Amino acid sequence: MKLKGILIASAIAGAMSANAQARDLTVGFSQIGSESGWRAAETTVSKSEAKRRNVTLKIADAQQKQENQIKAIRSFIAQGVDAVFLAPVVSTGWDSVLKEAKEAKIPVVLLDRDIDPAGKDLYLTAVTSDSVHEGKVAGDWLVKTVGSKPCNVVELQGTVGASVATNRKKGFENGIAGQANIKLVRSQTGDFTRAKGKEVMESFIKAEGGGKSICAVYAHNDDMMVGAIQAMKEAGLKPGKDILTVSIDAVPDIFKAMAAGEANATVELTPNMAGPALDALVAYKAKGTVPPKWIQTESKLYTASDNPKAIYDSKKGLGY
Amino acid sequence: MSAMPFRLPRIGTSQVAALLAILAMNWLVSPQFFEIRLQDGRLFGSLIDVLNRGAPVALLSLGMVLVVAMRGIDLSVGAVMAIAGAIAASLADSHSLPVVLAAALGAGLLCGLWNGILVAVFGIQPIVATLILMVAGRGIAQLITEGRIVTFTSPSLAWFGGGSVLGLPPPVVLTLAMLVLTLVIVRGTALGLLIEATGANAKASALAGVGTRLITIATYVWCGLCAALAGVVAAADILGADANNAGLWLELDAILAVVIGGTSLLGGRFSLVLAVVGALIIQAMNTGILLSGFPPETNLIVKAMVVLAVLLAQSPRLSGLATFLRGKSR
Amino acid sequence: MDQPQASPLLTATGFCKSFAGFVALDHVDFTLHAGEIHALLGENGAGKSTLIKTMTGVVQRDAGSLTLNGEEIAPHSAKEAAKAGIATVYQEVNLAPNLSVAQNLFLGRQPTRLGFVREGEMRRRARALVAEFGLDVDVSLPLERYSVAVQHIVAIARAVDLSARVLILDEPTASLDAHEVEVLFAVMRQLRARGIGIVFVTHFLDQVYAVCDRITVLRNGRLAGTAAVADMPRMDLVTMMLGHELSEATHVRPPHREGGETLAIFSGFGKAGYVEPFDLTLQKGRVVGLAGLLGSGRTETARLVFGAERADHGSATVAGREAKLASPGEALRLGFGYCPEERKTEGIVAELSVRENIVLALQARRGVLKPLSRREQDAIARRFIELLDIRPPDPERPIGLLSGGNQQKALLARWLATEPRLLILDEPTRGIDVGAHAEIIQLIRKLCAEGMALLIVSSELEEIVTYADEVIVLRDRAHVARLTGDALSVSGILGAIAADASQAA
Repeated sequence: MKLKGILIASAIAGAMSANAQARDLTVGFSQIGSESGWRAAETTVSKSEAKRRNVTLKIADAQQKQENQIKAIRSFIAQGVDAVFLAPVVSTGWDSVLKEAKEAKIPVVLLDRDIDPAGKDLYLTAVTSDSVHEGKVAGDWLVKTVGSKPCNVVELQGTVGASVATNRKKGFENGIAGQANIKLVRSQTGDFTRAKGKEVMESFIKAEGGGKSICAVYAHNDDMMVGAIQAMKEAGLKPGKDILTVSIDAVPDIFKAMAAGEANATVELTPNMAGPALDALVAYKAKGTVPPKWIQTESKLYTASDNPKAIYDSKKGLGY
Repeated sequence: MSAMPFRLPRIGTSQVAALLAILAMNWLVSPQFFEIRLQDGRLFGSLIDVLNRGAPVALLSLGMVLVVAMRGIDLSVGAVMAIAGAIAASLADSHSLPVVLAAALGAGLLCGLWNGILVAVFGIQPIVATLILMVAGRGIAQLITEGRIVTFTSPSLAWFGGGSVLGLPPPVVLTLAMLVLTLVIVRGTALGLLIEATGANAKASALAGVGTRLITIATYVWCGLCAALAGVVAAADILGADANNAGLWLELDAILAVVIGGTSLLGGRFSLVLAVVGALIIQAMNTGILLSGFPPETNLIVKAMVVLAVLLAQSPRLSGLATFLRGKSR
Repeated sequence: MDQPQASPLLTATGFCKSFAGFVALDHVDFTLHAGEIHALLGENGAGKSTLIKTMTGVVQRDAGSLTLNGEEIAPHSAKEAAKAGIATVYQEVNLAPNLSVAQNLFLGRQPTRLGFVREGEMRRRARALVAEFGLDVDVSLPLERYSVAVQHIVAIARAVDLSARVLILDEPTASLDAHEVEVLFAVMRQLRARGIGIVFVTHFLDQVYAVCDRITVLRNGRLAGTAAVADMPRMDLVTMMLGHELSEATHVRPPHREGGETLAIFSGFGKAGYVEPFDLTLQKGRVVGLAGLLGSGRTETARLVFGAERADHGSATVAGREAKLASPGEALRLGFGYCPEERKTEGIVAELSVRENIVLALQARRGVLKPLSRREQDAIARRFIELLDIRPPDPERPIGLLSGGNQQKALLARWLATEPRLLILDEPTRGIDVGAHAEIIQLIRKLCAEGMALLIVSSELEEIVTYADEVIVLRDRAHVARLTGDALSVSGILGAIAADASQAA
């Protein structure tokens, strides 16, 4: 609720100042590269959000390399942009280039990922999602959906060691904590990919008596769940009915599965990081409003009752 | 008389023994491992999973083993898989299956030709030459898919993943067919002999009149073709092309399969069948780990230990030691 | 020649060793005295290598006892043997070519202080050590910068410095020129004077008589005899090694042959920086020899003729047609065959079987799509194994396990299987035993008599004059003389090699 309030307030502020101030803003965005569909969607959405606010957005694709990002930021500084958006490919090694930006009085906003160490004064704010929270939303949904019935859950983890995977696991476990009827019976990594998600689900089904003892699947991302849904179908199971599914990211294909009744729930990792970042930036530039150090994006839950077909149609053009 | 450590004629006992041992181990961690039933006209069970999931690496190893026998290496097969998968998925819903397959396999062929020319004509070291395509190839695949997962609905292409031939998953049948075809091409002609001769001593073979350059190119082309086929299988499996992840690091699995299959990275003697057995060993181990319920953090360690054990079991020095110890204990 | 001292230094008694049923050593006795150079002789496959390896623990013997200075020893590795005082230097020097001379001398026992290698000290000691052996080399340079002879002496210096009392030299002279051999002999004589016992394995009988005190001959894994050099005339020695007299034919000059039908004409053929343009005519049933010092362009000429190296001058006409000779494959299709000098690196495919090595060229000519069936391969392999008496007569044995002479025969078989019109042989008798040597020369005569054209590179001048109809002498990468008829003699060849360039023209 509070978040929505901020969004609305900043939207109004943005609209008001659009003519006066934002027209001249130029923002350099150092994007990681095309590492996933979500990343592509983030770029698309960033472009449209900037356009909506009459901000000139210069995007530099770093091809997953920090040195490219550092080069891009230096070039943005040299061009004298009004602000730099940075989606950092790694969390460390940013001190010196961010200091250069600070000396040039160019505010830096982090998108999607935070950096280490907490060099908090080196950037204006960080717009990220809370992945622990995402996991918890998924867990909460499952608790609410199964009620008091016993439920064995299998989990498709992200890449071992990735902080997102660790956090989404932790959040989900927090969500189902204290529910004696819900048991996490198997957990294995599917490396965030469809192929591995399918392969791991195949083995889960075999290990759990043909899938009969599985009540729900929790996947750290939708891609793995799409693979898992195929595995369930090939095993003669009905995903979404025989086995509940809940996953995270809200990519278009999971809505397609949801519309077909083969998936139950997904938690959105919004690709719109640039919107809140631009709002904060505009307010800072216009009125000197210093934003909080962390702007948390909303982790919205979608289920079959949210008209998945319509969401699919609206999302599929974003470049996922 | 130089007592160089020549390998004994390989009949593959140690590889087959390793495979059986791993299957037995899988049975221990998962008692239903050998259960097979019919599901929607398709055999269903963990053993089938091993064959089905092992198919891409087995396909890769069929090409890789020839390249390695020529004392080369092809690091680009994973990227070629991604390219072929991307092409297949992009065309699947707008073109007929023959066109889709021709385009995907043609791309693999071109990739192989590129590698072969870099190695054989320009004399670039194989590991460097194929590294170029390993890096650039994934980029090309991402360009084709625009960084997205391109999905398709074409049932004809989907059949390669989810269909069945006499109850067997098509990738298994395809791999078997490719094995037979490769055997016919390599052992049915003089290619096998000329590959082994060139791999073991390229200078001597060239002076014996062997067209080593052409054979080198041919092996890379075949490797590219096999990789493209593996890419089509992988795309058909998930009904989409994931350019970022398709075939990622599978070149290493393919090389490992070849080495487990007893082919030396120094070239020379090779075995197609044992390379496929090597791929199955790797997959049996992967499936076993998934079935075991061990925490995923241990996956890589378990995998490394098993690979080490399999390779040690093949080491001629170790078998010498075993003989020695048996002699002592008597 | 010094009289050997009576005290036995190293005694091997009743040595036996068999490999998978093949008896390599059959109750062999061997005695080495301190301060003697003892030649260990025998054809390839006679058991020399096995005897050395069993004495140094590289291979474990099946039976027999070994005493060093009267004490029983049983080394289990070359390292243990070296510790006991038995060091071996092999034909292929087992040192690290990319390390410096000093590092090679002190590898594993570098002088250190506080765990750091004292480079200066090491170099100083290395200089002193090589000086003892009459070497004047910069010890800080990588070993590979020096000739094989220097590398050998460095290896010997290292071994002796490791307090060796017995030094085994396994064919150290095979790749040395005459001067280098003399340098090596000087070192050996010096070590003998110090009381070190030296086992010297060689194929060169001249060297045996030049430097050795006693001789032990092995034949077929058995001791054929042992005697002082003075008591062993050459003929007796050869008889003892071979078990039969060398056939007289080997030494007889063939009747002079008029050229038969012309097979190939090379005119102005050459390659810049490789071989000066030359004219060469090859005729059926005629042997053309190429003589000259190492590096004079003999091998280079052979490689150009075979297309292993592509000519950039002149033209070649084969059987009346212009030929490019751009690759060995083309030469092969023209009916040429080539046995290179570097048998191990350019000739045999060590890992493959004798059968596969024999059919390789024929198969290459037939092409990928016309494979020889296994039955055809077996028949070809068996025919040539029998014809050329390749031993052991096992077509499936990896060729790398055969002796040098038998490898050479298998390589000849590879080309004979293609029924060539021209056979190019580069040093066909180098590094092989006396028996195979004679057989190969007889084969050359036979092939020639059957109408084959032959082009043979050889540094064995006494030998080349016995079978060649024409000898081309090379100097500084140019063909400088063509000798036929009465001019074709060892002294004629030597004269041409030694002639002043300005007078030769």
